[in-house]
Amino acid sequence: METYQADIVIVGAGGAGLRAAIAAAQSDPQLNIALISKVYPMRSHTVAAEGGSAGVNQAHDSFDYHFNDTVSGGDWLCEQDVVDYFVRQCPEEMVQMEHWGCPWSRKADGHINVRAFGGMKIERTWFAADKTGFHMLHTLFQTSLQFPSIKRFDEYFCADLLVDEGRAQGVLAIEIASGECTLIEARSVIMATGGAGRVFRENTNGGIVTGDGMALAYRHGVPLRDMEFVQYHPTCMPRTGLLFTEACRGEGGFLINKDGYRYLQDYGLGPAEAQPRNKFMELGPRDRLSQAFWYEQQKGRTIDGPLGSVVHLDLRHLGAAVLRERLPLICELAEDFLGVDPAREPIPVRPAVHYTMGGILVDGRCASPLPGLYAAGECSSVGIHGANRLGSNSLAELCVFGKVAGIEAAAFARATARGNSAALLAQAVATEAKLRAMLNHDGSERIAVLRREMAETMEQGCGIYRQHDTMQQCCDTLAQLKERFKQVNIEDKSSVWNSDWMLAIELGYQLEVAEAMAHSALQRKESRGAHQRLDGFERRDDENYLKHSLALHRPDGAPRIEYGAVNITKSQPAVRAYGAAGLAAEKESGHD
Amino acid sequence: MTEQIIRMEVMRYRPEQDEAPWLQSFDVPYSDDMSVLQGLNYIKDELDESLSFRWSCRMAICGSCGMMVDGVPKLACKTFLRDYPGTVRVEALHHFPIERDLVVVLDDFMEKLERIQPYIIPRQEQALSEGEYLQTPTQLERYAQFSSCINCLLCYAACPQYGLDSSFLGPGAIALLHRYNMDSRDGASEQRMELVAAEEGVFHCTAVGYCSEVCPKHVDPANAVNLNKTRAAGDYFLRFAKPKGRCQ
Ligand SMILES: Cc1cc2nc3c(=O)[nH]c(=O)nc-3n(C[C@H](O)[C@H](O)[C@H](O)COP(=O)(O)OP(=O)(O)OC[C@H]3O[C@@H](n4cnc5c(N)ncnc54)[C@H](O)[C@@H]3O)c2cc1C
Ligand code: FES
Repeated sequence: METYQADIVIVGAGGAGLRAAIAAAQSDPQLNIALISKVYPMRSHTVAAEGGSAGVNQAHDSFDYHFNDTVSGGDWLCEQDVVDYFVRQCPEEMVQMEHWGCPWSRKADGHINVRAFGGMKIERTWFAADKTGFHMLHTLFQTSLQFPSIKRFDEYFCADLLVDEGRAQGVLAIEIASGECTLIEARSVIMATGGAGRVFRENTNGGIVTGDGMALAYRHGVPLRDMEFVQYHPTCMPRTGLLFTEACRGEGGFLINKDGYRYLQDYGLGPAEAQPRNKFMELGPRDRLSQAFWYEQQKGRTIDGPLGSVVHLDLRHLGAAVLRERLPLICELAEDFLGVDPAREPIPVRPAVHYTMGGILVDGRCASPLPGLYAAGECSSVGIHGANRLGSNSLAELCVFGKVAGIEAAAFARATARGNSAALLAQAVATEAKLRAMLNHDGSERIAVLRREMAETMEQGCGIYRQHDTMQQCCDTLAQLKERFKQVNIEDKSSVWNSDWMLAIELGYQLEVAEAMAHSALQRKESRGAHQRLDGFERRDDENYLKHSLALHRPDGAPRIEYGAVNITKSQPAVRAYGAAGLAAEKESGHD
Repeated sequence: MTEQIIRMEVMRYRPEQDEAPWLQSFDVPYSDDMSVLQGLNYIKDELDESLSFRWSCRMAICGSCGMMVDGVPKLACKTFLRDYPGTVRVEALHHFPIERDLVVVLDDFMEKLERIQPYIIPRQEQALSEGEYLQTPTQLERYAQFSSCINCLLCYAACPQYGLDSSFLGPGAIALLHRYNMDSRDGASEQRMELVAAEEGVFHCTAVGYCSEVCPKHVDPANAVNLNKTRAAGDYFLRFAKPKGRCQ
């Protein structure tokens, strides 16, 4: 087997992985960094982020405000010390992106411009038109080309994490072009593999967002934290799930039902005013907006379209010029896919799965409980999103915690001796044998069928509103699917670019992650943030559930769910209110 | 939406078993909102699992799904079956070696990307604590369009010169090079101009302009190439007049 000796291996070259690679390279140019990605770095899903990235930037804003928005937005399930560190680092990281060339949108005087985003009290979302993630990813990737110590493994698929002597020591990867396995040894490993939204049916995610790193860490005993919290984005294209960014509403867009009525005012988000107002109406948080859609649908006030029930995202009053300057990608998507010109017609939208708040358990320095294993970005749970992420906090997270992970993994690598190569090779050989057995096995189950059934049951059981029976059914179905997966058939037996084989391995990852989500959801008997129940647990229950869930893998059977404490430093749990009620609550608590 | 049937003729090439690329036909049911990519995914899920192609975002931003659709370089996710009544032919991008089916080898572009130094080499170093470099909307406008390149390589498949001689830097890389040269924060344009004026640089281009026509992001690489031709011609003579040293 091909073997490569690195000091650090980073799995994933999206925003988090690239930022980590640069930080590690800068912290010590002697370190040999292997950066592996199953797609070319600039194809990573960070590329699809539209709206923007958070960082306090205005004189009348403050770190405390950003902190309070994030913690209340997360329904108090956030690690407050970590949020505190995060909000303080965001502005410098955004400036760093600027110095590296990110084409941030500007004000007339040449300073950075910021826009409003849902759940944020003050405008603090840095943006590059509506292609912020695209520009950040390309800026990071192109900047990374300056560092000769970053050795890229493009289109290498990570198929296992190697653990020996109780610490992470490398990975086994398949070179997609040849189908050959490579063992990459390292003194420390960073997971930066992104989210897992593809375990659901309608979602905003790219095909590659399959939770690989989460599943790999989980199989090796690292807990997945807060997996029940899955964010539905309220404004997505029916059927494809493609996203119409929250910036549409930040720029002043309205959500209206079949009567042309701005229905959000009926859900504690009003009053409805003509001008966008932060934390009111359309600028409320995503969980609340998606839940309001669900109620409108129950009341029969949504619109029946050919692709399902929708409401309308109305941008007409913004005018063609603003739409072209601020939301060009949105216009293009609406026109191409739906034949809708947003300057003339409202856009049909409905909620779709968007973001996984939970992930690999790490501390505030991105270290997992497994020595030598770090994680950053959407695959990780560093603790800033709690039960509901605020839009634009995650691009900022990639930078802030990508950097932390890079620095910490570099320090760990420097302080650690190389492992036992023979033991690692033996592990890699054993894993390869299993992967090849799976490839050559003539099974009876089709990948596409299993994947579809998984996505359907997740949508049924773990949607916007949840109940015991459907969640239980989802858990049962997932257990059956895992059993059936043992008989999966890979039609394609060839070596070169065998995407069928990769899809099968991904499906294995997805089933693990889905199970962690469904069981964590079933066990949480309260409603908080993105986890809302209709079966007698409609309220938040701080007494019993102001806790992180921790899903622990069991090789044969359902995950074990444990709980961990939440670090509360300065913001005591309070009523989470928006609109006029939110304003009153802020005044009372002295947070305004 | 009513379902119709389209015949998709898809290029197959599996180096372990096929001598040369060939076309395989599939009948695919589709509705008006379905892209060519969705058609391919239908084939993969329902008809032939062994078909390989690159894709991810589905929204014309990751640049993965460049291919020839009825002979024209297109993003499969931004091209709709409704526009091809009856049949549609889908092939690997022209001008690149084929790895397998619709997947081409990208190494050449990746090397070129590195050579153009696609990063800010600051005109003036500024500490992070001093905040952002100022850049007015007008200054941003000068390079914004060229920064929109998603590296999908449709322009390379459209470029007859690249087809003849792949040493040519090509439209995409030159557009990106121009993007950094036009950025008010950057000070390395002279360094990059050496590459522009070199053998593999802009003078390869015979101004066909097809690259800009096929660009799904309106980057207009042909314009970048043209602007640099003028500049490189000027520089070419200047180079003899100036002492050579490392810039900055
Ligand atoms: C449509 C959309 C719009 C968004 N808009 C915003 C926004 O405006 N603001 C905001 O803050 N957030 C936004 N988000 C969320 C944010 O973009 C993501 O959370 C973030 O980009 C994830 O980055 P990442 O680096 O963690 O992972 P990704 O960018 O997804 O990268 C994952 C990397 O891991 C690699 N990888 C995965 N598995 C393997 C494997 N098995 N082997 C090898 N490599 C592997 C991939 O190849 C890739 O390089 C948006 C998300 C979506 C989907
Ligand atoms: S799938 Fe991303 S550009 Fe087509």
